[in-house]
Amino acid sequence: MAARARSKLYAWLHERFDLDPLLTYMRHKRVPVHRQMVWYYLGGVTLFLFAVQIFTGILLLFYYQPGVDSGHESVRFIMDQVSFGWLFRSVHSWAANLMVFFAFLHMFSTFFTRAYRKPRELTWMSGFVLLLLVMGLGFSGYLLPWDELAFFATKVGTDIVGVVPLVGEPLKELLRGGPDVSGATLSRFYAFHVALLPAIFTIILVLHLLFVQRQGMHVPEAVAKLPPSERKEIPFFPNFLLKDALLWLVVLNVLLYLAVFWPAEVGLKADPFSPAPEGIRPEWYFVFMFQTLKLIPGHVVFIEGELLGVLFFAVITVAWLLVPFWEIKARPGRKVRPMVIVGVIALVYIVIMTAAGYLGGLE
Amino acid sequence: MAETRRKFLNVLIGGALLGWLGSVLYPVLSFLRPPRLAEANVNSVKAGLASDFAVNSGQIVKFGRTPVMLIRTDTGEFRAFEATCTHLDCIVQYRSDLKHLWCACHNGHYDLQGRNISGPPPRPLAPFTVNVVNDEIIVSKPQPVG
Repeated sequence: MAARARSKLYAWLHERFDLDPLLTYMRHKRVPVHRQMVWYYLGGVTLFLFAVQIFTGILLLFYYQPGVDSGHESVRFIMDQVSFGWLFRSVHSWAANLMVFFAFLHMFSTFFTRAYRKPRELTWMSGFVLLLLVMGLGFSGYLLPWDELAFFATKVGTDIVGVVPLVGEPLKELLRGGPDVSGATLSRFYAFHVALLPAIFTIILVLHLLFVQRQGMHVPEAVAKLPPSERKEIPFFPNFLLKDALLWLVVLNVLLYLAVFWPAEVGLKADPFSPAPEGIRPEWYFVFMFQTLKLIPGHVVFIEGELLGVLFFAVITVAWLLVPFWEIKARPGRKVRPMVIVGVIALVYIVIMTAAGYLGGLE
Repeated sequence: MAETRRKFLNVLIGGALLGWLGSVLYPVLSFLRPPRLAEANVNSVKAGLASDFAVNSGQIVKFGRTPVMLIRTDTGEFRAFEATCTHLDCIVQYRSDLKHLWCACHNGHYDLQGRNISGPPPRPLAPFTVNVVNDEIIVSKPQPVG
């Protein structure tokens, strides 16, 4: 009965849209099997977490009211009064953190397996832009509960923009909606967080996925060198997709576990006329930059320390985006590839600076 | 002939397209630029009674839209500075244990003259004038010199 209905529906659609090319594509899509294939799952997990964010984000929109007099109160209302409000907000908050985490992992795995090389330059670049957008989503969403920590994090974060020569000040006002962080900033960040950034993210995500579909999975060089008889593959539909789905289920469980045992908190309501509280710190994925800014003195030779910090990260960001185009090739006979050293330095820097930010060292 | 006509049309259509883009982008960008709000011109504010203000302590005073840090030193003297850290816009606090001003965001320190003495702040805090009239503390904008 159900099978007949299904084949009827298929026939109906097929008559109108000719599904053969799609089915042929799906049948032929294959995923290479090798020891490093674990990295193939990271993008999928990030994608799954994005879906979770869209879903829980839409739910939160039903109650959240942006505004200096309502933002903080409505988040408290969601946490205390709305059925399962605490759950959905906690999942949203944890999934945001996990999404950043998995996006970083995905990026570094791509970096170390050198999957960014020709012909995947644009996949790498779109992926890195997606990572920046995830951080933007995190930054803008962080302000919405309008609590003390978020308020000062936003003050610092937007003030950094103002340091950039020429365009800095107008850009800062554009972000803040005025000279200071105020209700106008909250309205803007709300627009960024729920409309502008998700829209841009979705467009670039579609491109990123199209690139991956068109080019297939990257195969590490060692595997690519093997004779065809020794290379193993599995079909994407349904084998790999089911493995993916299983992992997503695991991630969902971890997410729920975290949300239940460590629910998201709401801090004290922001007060523009109170000092920044002690131990103030941005979200963990900004801590390495925050710590760097803390360490640079007020003046280095003739430029202001903060400008130096901003320039430093701007240069690093652009360089990282363009990695496929300046990759340092390994010299024959050398055991360690120069790009591995570059990646390890980046990773160690991020880890040490983040640890220092939490442990209060290096001051 | 056909070539030049095509070129001419391309330029015409291209120009029209640019003009159209401009006519769309200009209002959008202007919309995004926040309007200037009139700010009440505050010259001085009252900040409570001097006899209520503990020695070696500080508090924030609202000076229009500007937060001002009013402190009373160990010796009982009043001083006031703009409370916004010159580094990245955080609001400083008075540390009675250190007996000077401190910004929690990036560990910036200022002495009791508002001078940046350690950490990342690049400039001193702008001073405000404090007068005590009949036990009432009055914080005012410093008079321009000359």
